[in-house]
Amino acid sequence: MSVVLEARDLHRHFGGVKAVNGVSFQVEEGEILGVIGPNGSGKSTLFNCLLGQIPPSMGQVFLDGKDVTGMKPIALSRRGVSRTFQLLQVFPQLSARENLILAGQEHIGSRMKRLFGKPDAGLTGAADRMLEQFKLSHVAALPAGGLSYGQQKLLDAAMAFMAGPRLVLLDEPAGGVNLSLLGSFRERLRAMNAEGGSTFVVIEHNMDFVMSLCTRVMCIAEGKVIANGKPEDVRNDPTVIEAYLGH
Amino acid sequence: MMSLLVQVLISGLAIGAIYALIAAGFSLLSQGSQTVNFAQGDFVVLPAFVILAANSYGLPIWAGFVIALVVAALVLGVLFKRLMVDPILPHGAMQLSIATMALSIVLQNSMLNVGGAQAFPFPGINGGIHWGNVFIDWQSVTILLTAVAAVTALNLFMGRTRLGRAIQASAQGPQVARLLGINVTRMVLITFVLNAALVTLAALLISPIYLVKFDNGIGIGLAAFSAAIIGGFNQVRGAVVGGLLLGVVQNFAATFGPTQYRDAVPMLLLIIFILFRPQGLLGRAEERRV
Amino acid sequence: MNHPYRVLAIALLLVLVGGVAGFGLKPYPIYLISQWAVYTISAIGLNLTLGYAGQISLAQASFVGIGAYATALLMPHGVPFGVTLVIGAAISFILGVLLGFPALRVQGHYLAFVTLALATIAFLVFRNESWLTNGTSGIDKIVRPFPFTSDLAYLWLCLGSLAIVTLGTWWLLRSPWGRAFLALRENPVRASSLGVDVRMYTLLAFAIGAALGGVSGALFAPLGQYIEPAEFALPLSFSLLLMVVVGGSGSFLGPFLGAMVAVALPEVLRSFQDYYLVIYGVMVILLLVFSPDGLVGLIERAVRRRPVAAPAEPAK
Repeated sequence: MSVVLEARDLHRHFGGVKAVNGVSFQVEEGEILGVIGPNGSGKSTLFNCLLGQIPPSMGQVFLDGKDVTGMKPIALSRRGVSRTFQLLQVFPQLSARENLILAGQEHIGSRMKRLFGKPDAGLTGAADRMLEQFKLSHVAALPAGGLSYGQQKLLDAAMAFMAGPRLVLLDEPAGGVNLSLLGSFRERLRAMNAEGGSTFVVIEHNMDFVMSLCTRVMCIAEGKVIANGKPEDVRNDPTVIEAYLGH
Repeated sequence: MMSLLVQVLISGLAIGAIYALIAAGFSLLSQGSQTVNFAQGDFVVLPAFVILAANSYGLPIWAGFVIALVVAALVLGVLFKRLMVDPILPHGAMQLSIATMALSIVLQNSMLNVGGAQAFPFPGINGGIHWGNVFIDWQSVTILLTAVAAVTALNLFMGRTRLGRAIQASAQGPQVARLLGINVTRMVLITFVLNAALVTLAALLISPIYLVKFDNGIGIGLAAFSAAIIGGFNQVRGAVVGGLLLGVVQNFAATFGPTQYRDAVPMLLLIIFILFRPQGLLGRAEERRV
Repeated sequence: MNHPYRVLAIALLLVLVGGVAGFGLKPYPIYLISQWAVYTISAIGLNLTLGYAGQISLAQASFVGIGAYATALLMPHGVPFGVTLVIGAAISFILGVLLGFPALRVQGHYLAFVTLALATIAFLVFRNESWLTNGTSGIDKIVRPFPFTSDLAYLWLCLGSLAIVTLGTWWLLRSPWGRAFLALRENPVRASSLGVDVRMYTLLAFAIGAALGGVSGALFAPLGQYIEPAEFALPLSFSLLLMVVVGGSGSFLGPFLGAMVAVALPEVLRSFQDYYLVIYGVMVILLLVFSPDGLVGLIERAVRRRPVAAPAEPAK
């Protein structure tokens, strides 16, 4: 087992507010690490620091042992890191299939080849397989903006897998997805993890979803890691309960 | 030689101080309501025509200036905001910028059709004082003093008064300002009226030098945009520094360089700044997008 | 994007109608249609910059000027028209890259101001460097390339070029590049997280748009057979921007309609004489207030009153 992602003593301050205040952790290959914590505990800021959206004030981020601190999202994307955002971010004018092609196209061939090659960059097959896996085949040709919220959420997640990523960071993937879809969504993510060999970090509020999906859970409160371990251990950890109840 | 240098410096500072007024208004609008006003130069020419028109009916210049202030506050302030900015801004800042270009075409051609294509003389102040062998003209001194007084007043208003601080708060964070109980809509409207007052004052000061011509707005606008960017879009202070620097550099280039490239000077400065110091002289480095 | 073949067919049909109409028309209307074709090419280029990359360029007139002067100056030295056209386009493309690169490092309206600076400087160069451009006297007696010497034949050259540009742009927008352009306009943050190099694609859209300005200029010079600096000053840039917006920025057919309005309106409003530009400006502002997606948006809404896709179930 090798370490895919490592954060060492990450800090991010906004003025006097210490949103992330010395966070260190490792994620090993094939893990599904859940990140939980009360609202405003610094989860999203941590994500943004890991993903180059905002530079950390202090500390380092390593990807496969290489220092990638402050590296731009585009460069991280080239190194096989992909993500979803907390708020829904699909391209509403493009069809579901086109959204997936877009998510994959920049990772194959050169830019020039893409200009003169096939309009779909040869990705229609891969996109349709992905649609099938996420049970979206019936809406493949519809504009993404016209899909239901849950369907868009699935599409959003599916886009993160189009480039065959090594590491996927999912920001509240289950938020707003209705219960009937949730079970199959969880199974789908598990399957992507097992078959695709990619490693996940998941921020999630839905405790049941986290506990049943993740192999390990880390709890953050006030910018610090307060618990890190097996899902059931973290769930029963008194400091975690205290952090949630205290707010 | 020395005397020439001082003269060029003083008249450069004078014209630069006017640029500062126009650039300050431009920055206020762009910060207060994301309005990048490509018609800002024409906003200066319109009040000049109003003053001239009033003057031609026998009114003194000061009375014409008061009328121009009222007209500008109504047309370039309130109506501009209500009829153009408010309905178009929701569609996007880019759409609004292009609408101001259309407005520029409308203003220029209206002034051409009503006023004519010639450059109209505008009363100024004659004479000056010899100080050793340096000649200092009253015109430049008056411009410089008036503009400096206006900018200082604006700066004090923005920094020291309740209203000024409320305007700044609305520009920097409308949501937070609203939470603090500030009437953001009204603050933005005041910003537009302030800009109208600034361009009217600029019209009074710049017209004796550049005369009044329907398409003067192009050159004035270019100078104001450059001054704002060189200074760093930093509310009033940046515009002052950028305006003065630009005025002096432009005046020296026009005196000692090829006259036919006079208009290129602000543009070259602008390109140099965007290349090497895009945040401007006084601005802080922006968070980069990607 | 929803019906790529239909928009291509409509665009080419417009070109074809223009070409056939040329048979029965007098020289002046033929000139107007040629002008439409030339402006449309330039507006298609600007639409890439404005409508797809979301950047305002005020230098499109300068790129047209560069293309026009390259053709007017090189053709008398025996350089074939096709080559002068490519040279004009290439210079514009390279200038686009050189200017766009620093300007796109920072967000906001910086490209607009850099291109404004270029527009001013390019105009001064056209006007002042008389040894090269003959200054304000302009260059006259520009010869049209053989065999397109008659008005009608030159119309076909303009329309043929427009057809090629139309096909090329259509290909570009349908390719992965077009998808990337759309993505960076809609949501640059998400696009870059998917590996779309936002800055590079913005630069490319701007530079390709500039090159099309150069192409349009190469056709412009022999059309009127006379050019002078003032034709390529800021007002043309404004006017081209307005064409894109009037037609509908970001829509494939927008430039075709926008250029049509810009060419036809002065003829329609002839009786208003000098007030024509005032009326045009007010119309543009009204259009931006009531239909920000331009005439194409207006027509689309009028044509199909029915919703596109059945609304899906809302999330519970």
